[in-house]
Amino acid sequence: MKIPRYTMQKIAFAIITTAAISVGIPLVLVIGYIVAQGIGALSWEFISAAPRNGMREGGIYPALVGTVWLTIGTAVTSIPLGVGAAIYLAEYAADNWFTRTIRLAIINLAGVPSVVYGLFGLGLFVIFLRFGMSILAGSLTLGIMTLPVIITTTEQALVAVPQSFRVVNASLGGTTWQGIRKVILPQALPGIMTGIILGLERAAGETAPILFTVAAFFLPRLPHSVFDQTMALPYHLFVISTQVPGMPIRIQYGTALVLMVFVLTMNLLATLIRRYYRRRRQW
Amino acid sequence: MNNTATPGKAKLVLHDVSFYYGDQPAVRQINLRIYANEILAIFGPAMSGKSTLLRILNRLSDLAEEGRLEGEVLLDGKNIHDPDVSVIQLRTRVGIVFAVPVPLPLSIQENVTYGPLLGRGRSKGELDELVERSLRAAALWDEVKDRLSESATALSGGQQQRLCLARVLALEPEVILLDEPCSGLDPISTLKVEKALLALKESHSIVIVPHNVQQASRIGDKAAFLLMGELVEYGVAEQIFTRPKDPRTDDYITGRFG
Ligand SMILES: Nc1ncnc2c1ncn2[C@@H]1O[C@H](COP(=O)(O)OP(=O)(O)OP(=O)(O)O)[C@@H](O)[C@H]1O
Ligand SMILES: [Mg+2]
Repeated sequence: MKIPRYTMQKIAFAIITTAAISVGIPLVLVIGYIVAQGIGALSWEFISAAPRNGMREGGIYPALVGTVWLTIGTAVTSIPLGVGAAIYLAEYAADNWFTRTIRLAIINLAGVPSVVYGLFGLGLFVIFLRFGMSILAGSLTLGIMTLPVIITTTEQALVAVPQSFRVVNASLGGTTWQGIRKVILPQALPGIMTGIILGLERAAGETAPILFTVAAFFLPRLPHSVFDQTMALPYHLFVISTQVPGMPIRIQYGTALVLMVFVLTMNLLATLIRRYYRRRRQW
Repeated sequence: MNNTATPGKAKLVLHDVSFYYGDQPAVRQINLRIYANEILAIFGPAMSGKSTLLRILNRLSDLAEEGRLEGEVLLDGKNIHDPDVSVIQLRTRVGIVFAVPVPLPLSIQENVTYGPLLGRGRSKGELDELVERSLRAAALWDEVKDRLSESATALSGGQQQRLCLARVLALEPEVILLDEPCSGLDPISTLKVEKALLALKESHSIVIVPHNVQQASRIGDKAAFLLMGELVEYGVAEQIFTRPKDPRTDDYITGRFG
């Protein structure tokens, strides 16, 4: 028997709607729960003071600062390399075994579990290169982890810029690089920025890569240089949730809330940038 | 073929030029002379290699992957593929306007100054003067003079095409190539472009692929009929359009095929 197509349409619609709602519910629940549990912990002291009394009191300031530093460090290490590699792949590279190998490497890098990056960072940066547990080692580790995201999104953003602009640039006597700098990059910028922020956002929330490379269990003073260890929000959250007996729930969720706000703010920034430029885009 | 005596030296000379995409020939064994202060109209049915021939003249054909050129192209007697010829300089001497206008996503002013600013530095005064001169020559100045800093993509199709012409003129080229520059334009815009070209002829060599035979006969001083990559007939436009020597040319212009 053939089901009438309007009935089919209704069934399909119902299934898809259910799927959409089921995806939304956990998200709302997670955010709602963390806000409800953590909002009571928030105060000026909470974000501006160091932890006290075995971390059961005081604030999370050193961890917050550490995460900001690590995010900046990740940006500094991953953006130039990632964007550079993407420009090479999108604008210069011919399709040959060399570039195919690079692409394959990038895809594989994206699939490596973050704890493996952590061990890699420990071996290479902390021990072999003698950076010790430091912001430098942590940033480099997070940077390498972020590279695949940045390369992939940047390359997509570049490829999306119409080919005709490149031909026009060449026809007016422009070199490939002049075309990239004057036309292609500015047009791809919103897409690139979005990719960068999404990558950094993931790095900011990761625990495993910083575990062996930079994160301090308890270090109330702020780092003085890139060779210092630092506390960081995700690891601090892990520590106070699992390693400290008698920890007030409120502080755990307050910390989670701050981390979430930090990451969501970056996300919001990415969305705003995309919106702003999409409205201005002319092709 | 190729026997029309024109006084003066040829600006561009094509010597047995063939171009292949992979192993498919797009144009074959072309011999052609292009003179200064003339408009050459290259016409022929679709896929006959007109665009390919045009792009060979400023080495935009280099961009085609798998493209291969045979024969030589001489600009003022110098082979444009000689190793000491700068392709960048060549493209500013031989400018091209495409069928579909592609304004860069910049302002009107920036579109016009794009080419000049790629090379040596120029003073603001020089640039302003160049912008006005180029836009006037492209018959666009009066329509855009009060909105030079506005986005070029907001212009109408006809205006965009004249902007693309102005952008090429700002390179101060010696040769201007135009690939069906009026194909998307209304009759009034078309007329404006043609008028601009007739004026530009005084100081340039112009090679145009017209979008129909009428346009070829309206503005061409010389005409070349291309068929399946072969140059069938070349000569004074008036003669070709009234008394073609080759029956294939006759068939085409009287509309018996293509
Ligand atoms: N980039 C390219 N790669 C491969 N083949 C191409 C390319 N450009 C053109 N060709 C082929 O070369 C031949 C000539 O094309 P060309 O565009 O030069 O003809 P045309 O006379 O300009 O045609 P039209 O009137 O449709 O513009 C065609 O068979 C076409 O398929
Ligand atoms: Mg064509």
